[in-house]
Amino acid sequence: MNYNWHWKVLFEMEPGGTGSYLHYLIVGLGWTLVTALVAWVIALTLGAVIGTLRTTSRRWVVRAGNFYVEIFRNIPLIVQMFLWFFVVPELLPTSLGDWIKQMPPPWGSYLPAVMCLAIFTSVRVAEQVRAGINSLPRGQRMAGTAMGLTEYQTYRYVILPQSFRIILPPLTSEFMNIIKNSSVALTIGLLELTGRARAMQEFSFRVFEAFATATVIYLLTNLVVVLAMRALERKVRVPGLIGAQAVQAGH
Amino acid sequence: MQGFDFDVIQRSFAYLFRDGMTFTLTLTALAMTGGIIFGTLLAMMRLSSVPAVSMIGGAYVNLMRSVPLVLVIFWFFFLVPYIGGWVTGAARPIQVGAFLSALITFTMFEAAYYCEIMRAGIQSIARGQVWSGYALGLNYWQTMGFIVLPQAFRNMLPVLLTQTIILFQDTSLVYVISATDFLGAAAKVANRDYRLVEMYTFVAVVYFIISYSLSLLVKHLQDRIAIIR
Repeated sequence: MNYNWHWKVLFEMEPGGTGSYLHYLIVGLGWTLVTALVAWVIALTLGAVIGTLRTTSRRWVVRAGNFYVEIFRNIPLIVQMFLWFFVVPELLPTSLGDWIKQMPPPWGSYLPAVMCLAIFTSVRVAEQVRAGINSLPRGQRMAGTAMGLTEYQTYRYVILPQSFRIILPPLTSEFMNIIKNSSVALTIGLLELTGRARAMQEFSFRVFEAFATATVIYLLTNLVVVLAMRALERKVRVPGLIGAQAVQAGH
Repeated sequence: MQGFDFDVIQRSFAYLFRDGMTFTLTLTALAMTGGIIFGTLLAMMRLSSVPAVSMIGGAYVNLMRSVPLVLVIFWFFFLVPYIGGWVTGAARPIQVGAFLSALITFTMFEAAYYCEIMRAGIQSIARGQVWSGYALGLNYWQTMGFIVLPQAFRNMLPVLLTQTIILFQDTSLVYVISATDFLGAAAKVANRDYRLVEMYTFVAVVYFIISYSLSLLVKHLQDRIAIIR
């Protein structure tokens, strides 16, 4: 049994008439990156704030942070995607909900996808930030207090500058995860890279050419991100620390 | 909350759990078993002193970890019938159900993640353990099977189980090949009765309850099995 490869399909026109299939897939990569990057900025900000708050001495703040993390960690990504896309617009005030529902494509799926990925990833970032802060010797915090700094000042000048340099390596893999996870947005109709590979397969019946090309594009993206992050890590490494990474489950 | 009809959940309860949740749980259990076995073999490959073997193991793991799960699900959904046809010598791709296709996908995919956990577990074992195994006259497989892996497995049990909770959540992605797992069943009811808000909220609540309870269980286990050194 044989599969007849037909790689020339990549240079054939896609049915929408915007260009070749290869071009169609590369535009898909563009959507993947635009979705992932915007979501990443929000996730990093939210995650840093929530992760830091969870290490403070205010008990109700810690509890609220834990609640947030548990909620968004224990619901599958695709279900969260559906919640943002189908459920949230219904729960908002009617005019706002209608405005979201009537947004022209692809923005109608782009906005929920970004919100979903941002919140989902912020939880993981928050966990990394908390772990980074807790990995500092207790003496750092005590020294801050002993010098008469307030809790805010201790965080601002002692704890955060050190911990953010420690948590950078694990954050690299979170960035790769958000790129990969953005493929789930195809379920709410966002035509990113995987979604376009699937569409190409349906239009052209060239199953494996479509998926193989998408796989190669993902591998190249991965390579670029890893190299860029490695350079960044070398730059921010805290002298004298072994940049060891703890094992953890994840995607 | 006027206009919402939570009665739809009660009406479809049997279908959701008897068909959907059974699919999800069976898939999770089987893929976990297969994934841990294959993942352990991959970890042994990656740690092998034969460069070709460790390279193949490493390449497989890195490939799986670089592509999105959704893409891997599509790959196997179309690839498995071809491989089946090739193995059985049939002239055309053979039909495999969504369940078998999903099971193969998740076993192969999660193995890459279980591999990294088991690799760390094996590396956490003191070298003297391996040497004493060889000194006793055990061969590689005996040393691994009786001495290294049982200890590595115990050390890594909480992480392996946490990965399994992630696997449990990830099985919901079989939605993309229209399988009737818990989410798939709920989506079918939601679209038939046009009750998307109620059904997806209910699905989220059920997944949350199960995952959160399991994570509490893992935390409890972690405290109990920790070896005091």
